[in-house]
Amino acid sequence: MTASTAGTRLAIDASDLVKTYKGGVQAVRGVNLRIPAGTVFGLLGPNGAGKSTLVRMLTTLSAPTGGSASVAGFDIVRQQKQVRRAIGCVAQNSGVDVQATGRENLLLQGRVYGMRGVELNRRADELLLRFGLAEVGNRFVKTYSGGMKRKLDVALGLMHSPQVLFLDEPTTGLDPEARSEMWEQIRELAWDQGLTILLTTHYLEEADQLARNLAIVDQGRIVVEGTPDELKAQLNGDAVSLELAAGSDADTAKSIALEQGGVLSEIGVDGLTLRGRSADGAGAVPALLAALEAADIHVASVTVARPSLDDVYMRYTGRSFNAAEQAAAHAAKEEKK
Amino acid sequence: MSALADTWYMTGRAFRAFLRQPMYVAFTLIQPMIWLLLFGQLFKSVTQLPGFGASNYETYLVPSIVVMSGFFGAGWGGMAILDDLTRGVLDRFLVSPVNRASLILGRLIVQVLSIVIQAIIILLFGAAVGASYHHLVMGVLVLMVATNLLATAIGALSYGLALLVRREESIIAASNFVLMPLQFMSTGFMALVLMPHWMQDITKFNPVNWTLVAGRGALGADPDWGPIFENLGYLAVLMVLCAWVSTRAFRSYQRSM
Repeated sequence: MTASTAGTRLAIDASDLVKTYKGGVQAVRGVNLRIPAGTVFGLLGPNGAGKSTLVRMLTTLSAPTGGSASVAGFDIVRQQKQVRRAIGCVAQNSGVDVQATGRENLLLQGRVYGMRGVELNRRADELLLRFGLAEVGNRFVKTYSGGMKRKLDVALGLMHSPQVLFLDEPTTGLDPEARSEMWEQIRELAWDQGLTILLTTHYLEEADQLARNLAIVDQGRIVVEGTPDELKAQLNGDAVSLELAAGSDADTAKSIALEQGGVLSEIGVDGLTLRGRSADGAGAVPALLAALEAADIHVASVTVARPSLDDVYMRYTGRSFNAAEQAAAHAAKEEKK
Repeated sequence: MSALADTWYMTGRAFRAFLRQPMYVAFTLIQPMIWLLLFGQLFKSVTQLPGFGASNYETYLVPSIVVMSGFFGAGWGGMAILDDLTRGVLDRFLVSPVNRASLILGRLIVQVLSIVIQAIIILLFGAAVGASYHHLVMGVLVLMVATNLLATAIGALSYGLALLVRREESIIAASNFVLMPLQFMSTGFMALVLMPHWMQDITKFNPVNWTLVAGRGALGADPDWGPIFENLGYLAVLMVLCAWVSTRAFRSYQRSM
């Protein structure tokens, strides 16, 4: 079965995908996605934004309520078998069999995809080695650490050499060391192997580090899409923040800043802090400081920050990422009650 | 072709998992012997009741213990599927092109294996404490087939329930609620004629009793093959019905995602 003959350059092509659950919960409300083959695409959004539901539809686990999509050139509804052969999937909650050894997990996975004999064993060994699990390959998975289990998860997803790999929250719950190790692995996969990877994450940093293109998902919709740099560039430059010395008049400082001919925009005052944005923060600061000094307003400290994805998220959803996360966590707790 | 291969691999997986719980294996083998000794001693004197029919209570009891061990084990089968479900193993296989039926069939085949081993041990132990069997080949065969038909039906139902309710507590509650009454409202421990009339009527609709009529009848001195095959037929129909319900539950699980 060679799905590569499908000839399409789009690994994932979704139009107007909708998922409405029984009871009317609209998890995904019309998503369009065009992901070129061989790239890493990040879906960024807080828990409950609809990322996992989207992945479930694209991996044939869940039937869409509306719209259509193809993965590796195959329709996710009419050509499920072909889609399943072409994709690897690492779900949000680990799918390893803890009663079996790491090696047994890999062998069974390969067999399910029709691999046999020498090819099967060689591939299992190769993946154990690649993910640093060669020494523990014959140990039961229940003795593995969280990081090791997660690596085995990714190895399982790669066992049959898929064309498209879905990574649903690959580093959630990992400690920082295991996380950066996982990032390294994902980078290698994308660069050496030309795999298409759809990565969902609720870590801004992760999307920034790994994804060539990304889409921000909020409440079942894609609110903005682009490269991390494009998205940041759409914000009006660097965030500049001036902490004034005690006893200074912040409003006077604000009017002085306004007189500087637009080097600083979106100027706001918060107590003794003056905030604004500048296309070139580092360049704007010296002149601004000189003007303030001339008016006898002293500055205690200055910070210039490059725009982050958090700022992007804030701009397009109207709330900070952390607030969205907390709201989602709260909603989940309420549901449990 | 791939359906057969998938079933073989899934059976292998379930069988390894079964063997790797030595405590569980030990209990499934030892517990029936304890039942046999316990009930054998407790109810020994019922054979003296006028109309009981059998003179040796162990001979009467051995088929009951075989059936009881089989279908009680099956009633808890849903727990294993639930474990796969909560751990994400089930979804991992559902994303793959694996044959869907093999996911259930593999477990049911291991259940058949464990019931056969269990039954052999009970029959041997029963013989050691004084039970006697006639028509050894045909009798044992019918008892095994009947027990496995019942256990497969109950097992399929239990899997279906696990996929629908997805809570351990519900499976435990349902099993406790159903298994014990079914066992006691059968001729497992007491002869039919000595039961209250309303309960005698219930036994006609009790699959556990169908299994006992077939299995105990075939092991007895003078088997009446008519009712034996009739009851095997009921069990086969029940099994098909339960398998259908289980597939429906599977589909409903997939739709709910």
